[in-house]
Amino acid sequence: MTTLAQLSVGASGRVVRVNQIDEVSARLLEMGLTPGVDVEVLGAAPLGDPIELALRGYRLSLRRSEAARVEVEPSR
Amino acid sequence: MSTAAAQATLTVALVGNPNTGKSTLFTALAGVRQRVGNYPGVTVEKKIGHVQHARHRWALVDLPGTYSLAPHSPDEMVVVDILLGRHSDMPLCDAILCIVDASNLERNLYLVSQVLELGLPTVIALNMIDIAKARGLTIDTAQLSHRLGIPVVPLQANKRRGLNELKAALAQMIERQTSPQKSPFPQPFRDEVSQLESLLNGNQERDAVQPTDNVLHAINGSAAPPTQSAADSIVPRYLVERLLLDTSGYLEQSGLIYTRSGQRIDSVQLQQHLQAARARLSAAGFPVPAVEAMARYQWAGRQLEGIVRRPTERLKTNSDTIDRILTHRLWGTVVFAAMMLLLFSSVFIFAKPLMNWIQAGVDFIAATIKDTLADGAFRSLLDDGIIGGVGSVIVFLPQILILFMFIAILEDCGYMARAAYLMDKMMVRVGLSGKSFIPLLSSFACAIPGIMATRVIENRRDRLTTIMVAPLMSCSARLPVYTLLIGAFIPAGKYIVGVLPLQGLTLFVMYLVGIVAAVVVALILKRTLLRGATPPFVMELPPYKFPSPALVLHRMVERGWAFVCRAGTLIVAVAIVVWALLYYPHNPAAVEESLQRDQAALTAQLEQFPADNMHRKFLEAELARYSTPDQREQLLAGAYQRQSILGQMGRWIEPAVRPLGWDWRVGCAAIASFPAREVVLGTLGVIYNLGNVDLEANEGQTQLQTQLRNATWDGSLRPVFTVPMALGLMVFFALCAQCAATLVIIKRETNSWRWPVFTFGYMTVLAYLGALATYQIGTWLTG
Repeated sequence: MTTLAQLSVGASGRVVRVNQIDEVSARLLEMGLTPGVDVEVLGAAPLGDPIELALRGYRLSLRRSEAARVEVEPSR
Repeated sequence: MSTAAAQATLTVALVGNPNTGKSTLFTALAGVRQRVGNYPGVTVEKKIGHVQHARHRWALVDLPGTYSLAPHSPDEMVVVDILLGRHSDMPLCDAILCIVDASNLERNLYLVSQVLELGLPTVIALNMIDIAKARGLTIDTAQLSHRLGIPVVPLQANKRRGLNELKAALAQMIERQTSPQKSPFPQPFRDEVSQLESLLNGNQERDAVQPTDNVLHAINGSAAPPTQSAADSIVPRYLVERLLLDTSGYLEQSGLIYTRSGQRIDSVQLQQHLQAARARLSAAGFPVPAVEAMARYQWAGRQLEGIVRRPTERLKTNSDTIDRILTHRLWGTVVFAAMMLLLFSSVFIFAKPLMNWIQAGVDFIAATIKDTLADGAFRSLLDDGIIGGVGSVIVFLPQILILFMFIAILEDCGYMARAAYLMDKMMVRVGLSGKSFIPLLSSFACAIPGIMATRVIENRRDRLTTIMVAPLMSCSARLPVYTLLIGAFIPAGKYIVGVLPLQGLTLFVMYLVGIVAAVVVALILKRTLLRGATPPFVMELPPYKFPSPALVLHRMVERGWAFVCRAGTLIVAVAIVVWALLYYPHNPAAVEESLQRDQAALTAQLEQFPADNMHRKFLEAELARYSTPDQREQLLAGAYQRQSILGQMGRWIEPAVRPLGWDWRVGCAAIASFPAREVVLGTLGVIYNLGNVDLEANEGQTQLQTQLRNATWDGSLRPVFTVPMALGLMVFFALCAQCAATLVIIKRETNSWRWPVFTFGYMTVLAYLGALATYQIGTWLTG
């Protein structure tokens, strides 16, 4: 099981599910990280955290601890 | 719509995601005249403007930018209540204007899907179509409009293109009766919601989506025949849905849900039902809350199919290219440091000439008053009280405005989000998030813009913590105090390890004291008063754009004006009170007597020293001043102040401040500076018989420093100002909340007096303890 936090910069994947039920997960879902959507990791902040994603045509940043809740299927 | 309602002002609510140009659209439609205030009990700002179109005039209500209408806090609940017509402050709106970013349709349609469920006449403003086109996107707006069943008006709010079409569409929609929208949720979910509705509201239709407009009009009490009397609060279907979806329990526990007989629902029964319903949905493959996101995004995808044509490759936008540099490990950090340095130095460099100019103006007015009016209480009230007190705050206005301008530029161009992104990891270590960085950094110049900038922090606990510690960042008003005391008591030309100048190091340490205190206080607050789960950081990074000068100017003026108005009245009031305390009782006979007593005491003191002793020379010079006419004026001013109520207060609290190494004079100056710390130097000047010495000039500074160095405890030769005492005094000023303007702004931003009172309280205690520790330990070490 790969999580979004484990994808390296430049890698893409498809979201499988968002784990845990709390405010953070609700927010991830609201922002479009739903099962079936494609995401690409564009980069990370100088200190390694947070990371920047491209999804649904816009750019989203989130902490690795938050990204760890998102199970993805890596592409290629 | 009844005829009665049509004659009343029609209300349009403006909603949309952040970063869609909502503010620009609002200003473009309603102009710059806006009625601003707060909704009671929350920090949501009430922003209402008026739109003119043909023979129509609408009230446009600007609601905060949001990604979703799922309430998790009282602030968010206010927005939902307003849209449902349940808020006592606002009537049910007659239409909703939903602004959408054309380059970001999928995510924006999430909110649109929720808005459509409210059942009100809705118009979509498809903004920033030029940017979408530049990105290679083509959107068939006519087809989208047809699919959604509502007008979709493409426009460019910043270029004012499409506004007339938008207003025309609004005019059309407002008169229309709306047909209920088909719910995007799967059948099992809709069934559960209907069941829950029956539990809460009694008998309702089981199947199909409830047309909400009848229900809503019943609550609103308009002319449409109500299905129940207005006294029965029905829970709208929208809220029932939210109850089922809200796993955090906020809505359940908020006590905002009532049954049709007006009673609060038995929470145990409700909770059990909700849990059971969610379990059933989960088993059926529709887990709550994921089902909402999936349903709505699937709906969005279906609506957009064939309507949006985008290039197959993800187009690397200019924005992306810039981002790679600005968030780069090395270059990103370099640019960031440079930006912050630029922010800072600009404030100080550009503000300085303006501040001097304002000070000159204030001085001129004061001098004119002195010349025109006769000596007496009234003249003193105007001169020293109002002009002096207000002037000392107004002089900081250039700094405040420049900061507002910079913050607005950073927000508008998109770099603000990157700053939060870059700083987040560091800020998490102190219990905050990256979004707190710029507000706290700005507070190093002045806490007022910093505190107002905390609006970008959505999480209430994070925002409050940031506001609470912002005043600990050593603002520019503290700098003169540091400079004076360091200049007087820290030897110049001394170096630590041969390279670091002791004076510079001490200044740095003072700033550090504030930062360390802030970190500790933030961590404590986050564990006690403001504890809770770590809020999500999940943050959109908007595309970079050139900041709009109009928007920046508007923001700057809006916030500057808010500051002047809100803080203005209180500052004037406080200035008058402080003046009164420093003026009364104004007893010339008693003062003359005290001067003669001082003269005698000085003469007696003199005699104790040999003829060529340094201290004796100083005392001789002081004695000579009693005989010189204009010097005598300064001595008189000092004597009057000592006689005043505040002077007496200084004496009363002397026992309390003696452990800090302060005598009553210092205590008096400290009390006088509580409304505005920058007056401490002026007050010290008067107390030490220098009158209204110009402390900007070197000579004035040196004079005061000399006085301080030679100040002794009454009736003894022991100096008051020792190095530990001076350091302690600086620490006091570093940690104390001596700015009425800041406290007023805290009240405004938190919409409660609780928080400014708390800030004042904890900082005073902290300052006292800090000064105490510094003095006692310092004295013991050098003892």
